[in-house]
Amino acid sequence: MKGYSFYSILKHGMRRKPRWPAAWHDVSPQRSYDAVIVGGGGHGLATAYYLARTHGMRRVAVLEKGWLGGGNSGRNTQVSRSNYFWPESAAFYDRSLQLYETLSHELNFNVMLSQRGILSLAHSHHELETMRRWANAIQVNDVDSEILSPQQIKKLEPLINLDTRFPVRGGFIQRRGAISRHDAVNWGYARAASALGVDIVQNCEVTGFDLRNGEVRGVETTRGSISTERVCLAVAGHSSQLAARAGLRLPITSMSLQAMVSEPIKPVLNTITMSAVIHMYVSQSDRGELVLGGGADVYNSYAQRGGLPLLEQNVAAMLELFPVFRGLRLLRQWAGTVDISPDTTPIMGLTPVKGLYINAGWGTGGYKAIPAGGETMAHTIVSDSPHPLIRAFGLDRFATGRLVDEGAAAGVAH
Amino acid sequence: MMQLQCPYCGVRDEMEFRFGGQSHITRPSPEATDAEWADYLFNRDNLKGVHAERWYHGFGCGRWFNVLRDTSTHEMLGVYRMGAPRPALPGKDGETP
Repeated sequence: MKGYSFYSILKHGMRRKPRWPAAWHDVSPQRSYDAVIVGGGGHGLATAYYLARTHGMRRVAVLEKGWLGGGNSGRNTQVSRSNYFWPESAAFYDRSLQLYETLSHELNFNVMLSQRGILSLAHSHHELETMRRWANAIQVNDVDSEILSPQQIKKLEPLINLDTRFPVRGGFIQRRGAISRHDAVNWGYARAASALGVDIVQNCEVTGFDLRNGEVRGVETTRGSISTERVCLAVAGHSSQLAARAGLRLPITSMSLQAMVSEPIKPVLNTITMSAVIHMYVSQSDRGELVLGGGADVYNSYAQRGGLPLLEQNVAAMLELFPVFRGLRLLRQWAGTVDISPDTTPIMGLTPVKGLYINAGWGTGGYKAIPAGGETMAHTIVSDSPHPLIRAFGLDRFATGRLVDEGAAAGVAH
Repeated sequence: MMQLQCPYCGVRDEMEFRFGGQSHITRPSPEATDAEWADYLFNRDNLKGVHAERWYHGFGCGRWFNVLRDTSTHEMLGVYRMGAPRPALPGKDGETP
């Protein structure tokens, strides 16, 4: 792998015809691997990277049905945060945020991490009380959070309208909350994994599994059979389909989550501003576009497109908080198929099929978890036992009843 | 925007309705094991293709009904009342790839 540096940009920039080498090798699959990762999104690529980097596994393949990072990894709104209520979640997501903080150096790829802070608003006295409890729990979890007064919010985000129909009574901020460039995260992991010998195979759909006595022996793909004893599913919205081919039923519902961007304008927003009550969040990308999102369309869907009623509600909510954006036009709107789990906590670790591992149930928040998701799944695959950080996230929790109910506890705004 | 055919009120916009998840899930007997109970509570078919699902006409007649809908195209393929068996859809049943 040719390292990227200021000097390499200078050197290639001076040439009349820059000769940038391909960032990763797109290869045809071999007949057997030590581990096969299904899904070439952020989680799959990161898992392959840490298998090679941390555990020295060399014969690893990432099989992607379409193109690299073409699913939710390229459709999200690029937010990383760790302001979670339950200790299990906080430990995992904060590990992920810590990995994001050094990811550009780790991957030798600028992921453009910008820790501008994530600001959550409260629109009533009671919501503010709940938020105080939430912010306090986050501090107890060893994660940064601060309660802010309306005046402090106005100072931080001067364009905000605090006098909404339900006036803003306060809020709290995690200052380490960040946005980054999602394509760079996908490409960075792909490039670094490829350099360590991981095979990245695009246009290769897994159509079935070779199972013997409840153990994985290989996968069937549109590009032939591959023998392997370790398979990790990291396919987000299509987890139920793939798991069904291995005889498993999952507690997952696939829905469309939409997002949109405005035309680019000069820098005007300082934070990622989020309101659970009016259900929207907005930040400004480095290109100047306002990136906004809100709730998912709450019915089963694999259409990868969002409904218009929700789009209207989303834009209306944004304009309520920032009336100054009324004249802006939307540039693009799109959706991804998200895998919602019953307790809005991911499903990670072992399955009843030996050698089949699952990384799913991210719902509306998988992007922030990419580095830690990859790190912990790599450990889980190598040791055939869940990494300590994801022990609470196992598929078996639905039968034991030990749910990690983030949706109810933290009022997670999507 | 989706439009749904309420069997009592006719065709209305999706905003009048609330989604109620997969249809025809049967509650197991009190003797069910933890695994059977978890399967009933949490596991879903989550089909890509024709999906039998319940909808509630909250801003209308306030009644529940079943819909057959393709989850990959949002095409409405049939409507039937609660308690009625799922109608057959010749040539359309099964998952789309």
